[in-house]
Amino acid sequence: MALIKITNLKKQYTSGDDTVEALRGVDISIEKGEFITIMGQSGSGKSTLLSVLGGMNHPSAGEVEMAGVKLYHLPGEKLADFRAQNLGFVFQSFHLISYLTAIENVMLPLAIVKTSTAAKKSAARQALEQVGLGAKLDRLPNQLSGGEQERVAIARAIVNNPHILLADEPTGNLDSKTSDEVMALFRTLNDAGQTVVMVTHNPDNGRYADRTITLKDGMVV
Amino acid sequence: MKLHTISINNLKRRKAKMAFLTIGLMVGIATIVTLVTLTRSMSSDIERKMDEFGANILITPQSNGLAMNYGGISLGGVTFDQREILEEDLARIKTITNHKNISAVAPKVLGGIKIGSHDVLLVGVNFESELKMKQWWQIFGHEPKAENDLLLGSDASRVLNVSSGDSLTIKGETFTVAGVLDQTGSQDDALVFASLPKAQKLLGKEGKITLAEVAALCSGCPIGDMVTQIAEKLPDAKVSAIQQVVEGRLKALDQFKRFSYAMAGVVVFIGSLIVFVTMMGSVNERTTEIGVFRAIGFRKSHIMRIILLEAALVSLLAGFLGYAVGMGGAKLALPFMAESKNAVLAWDTSIAFGSIALALTLGLLASLYPALHASKMDPTEALRAL
Repeated sequence: MALIKITNLKKQYTSGDDTVEALRGVDISIEKGEFITIMGQSGSGKSTLLSVLGGMNHPSAGEVEMAGVKLYHLPGEKLADFRAQNLGFVFQSFHLISYLTAIENVMLPLAIVKTSTAAKKSAARQALEQVGLGAKLDRLPNQLSGGEQERVAIARAIVNNPHILLADEPTGNLDSKTSDEVMALFRTLNDAGQTVVMVTHNPDNGRYADRTITLKDGMVV
Repeated sequence: MKLHTISINNLKRRKAKMAFLTIGLMVGIATIVTLVTLTRSMSSDIERKMDEFGANILITPQSNGLAMNYGGISLGGVTFDQREILEEDLARIKTITNHKNISAVAPKVLGGIKIGSHDVLLVGVNFESELKMKQWWQIFGHEPKAENDLLLGSDASRVLNVSSGDSLTIKGETFTVAGVLDQTGSQDDALVFASLPKAQKLLGKEGKITLAEVAALCSGCPIGDMVTQIAEKLPDAKVSAIQQVVEGRLKALDQFKRFSYAMAGVVVFIGSLIVFVTMMGSVNERTTEIGVFRAIGFRKSHIMRIILLEAALVSLLAGFLGYAVGMGGAKLALPFMAESKNAVLAWDTSIAFGSIALALTLGLLASLYPALHASKMDPTEALRAL
């Protein structure tokens, strides 16, 4: 059974009299442990697809089923709880919290989890070691390079052992060498069993993935 | 890492913003503390000064007579069944519920007496309480201290042709004029004052008094209640409030309070506005951050807790500082604001706790909408890219 099942997904944005169809009936199935890259030109709908997959953007029509749960059927704040327990996000601009150190940023998803601070610290340290930043735990984001910030963002995304790791243009702000290092890191995580869904428009990133889904005008091509 | 770690770290590492917010609220709280403390201190100063202007409760013997005077001209009176108050009964005044509000009790015995060829009205008083109550009296000479010392009104001194240091013989007994009063424009000018026991003896009214004046001091004190309480203790006496004094006093205090509350209201409004605008600005600045919190699974209530905890911490600090600065301001301003040099700063723990509670309430209320606004942010919009 597929880990993620997207069926006839549609998303429309209305602005005044204009209606934009960002997604026009997308059907995708992703297996557990797969590394998927979603590619397409600007405006093809790939970021919208990722936000819908992340449980942050209600679709106009269709279903998103993850680990047997119909995401948009969850009541109230259960969707937030689902994100906290099952999803990890890596954002394009890292979006680290400027006033928190590397380890505090990584511990952020655990702030709402009822467990001891020692256990949270241990998990965060382990995640940072996994991305090769075990020596820079107490650095603030502005004391880290772009590549290091990306690694902290990845550590934050994996600290709660999510079922699915969602990444939005994670190499968009990095040079080619650092991009390769970061993609290699994603590959390593995937090799260890982590399901990865990544939006990118860099064709070179596709070689790290098991499969590439290409979107055009809101549809899979 | 807990939610409060986020709030504390944000405040610790964004010192300038925190300082601005704290100062904004602190200025509001300090102004209120200064205003309220100044008003209280000034009120008690005015109250004390007003008490110096004389009595506000009069105790006279119960009589079934009708006074026959109009515009200060006495046409005599029809009085029957005249009673007098026993001096020892006055001690009962000190047992009323509001006895702490009584500043002075000045008993008097009155009676006509002949000095040389002149008929004069002799008033026996307790000089200590009389002088405490009539602080406007200007005495030429010195205050009466010995049992046979007299104090003369200006007209009495002129008519009897004596001045301070001279001797007077009343009923064969020699008295010394210790002092003469400067003209007061009141009935005091025509009176001869002697010590209460001596006057009682001269008038043949030992142990009795004709009337007693009572000075009650307090802010908006229950004069009506005190009149009732004294009347219950002295059933044979007629106890009445001198309404003009009481009402004037209350009106002055009321005006001060209203001014203070109006100013406090304006400052509270401005303080709230500062907190609201700053918190709103802070929330808008942290849009992306809040988007990240929501994306990684924080509930709306978690976001609200982070924002409100920050507001509470800043408000508490502003409350403490506001109280300290406000009291300092009041201490500096009091000598310039109060009428008398003896005005004392009113220290009150309720103001300390009140200012901290007010800062907290104000900070939380003003941050409620920004916190709600933050919690309702659409994470996709907040992160833009996703």
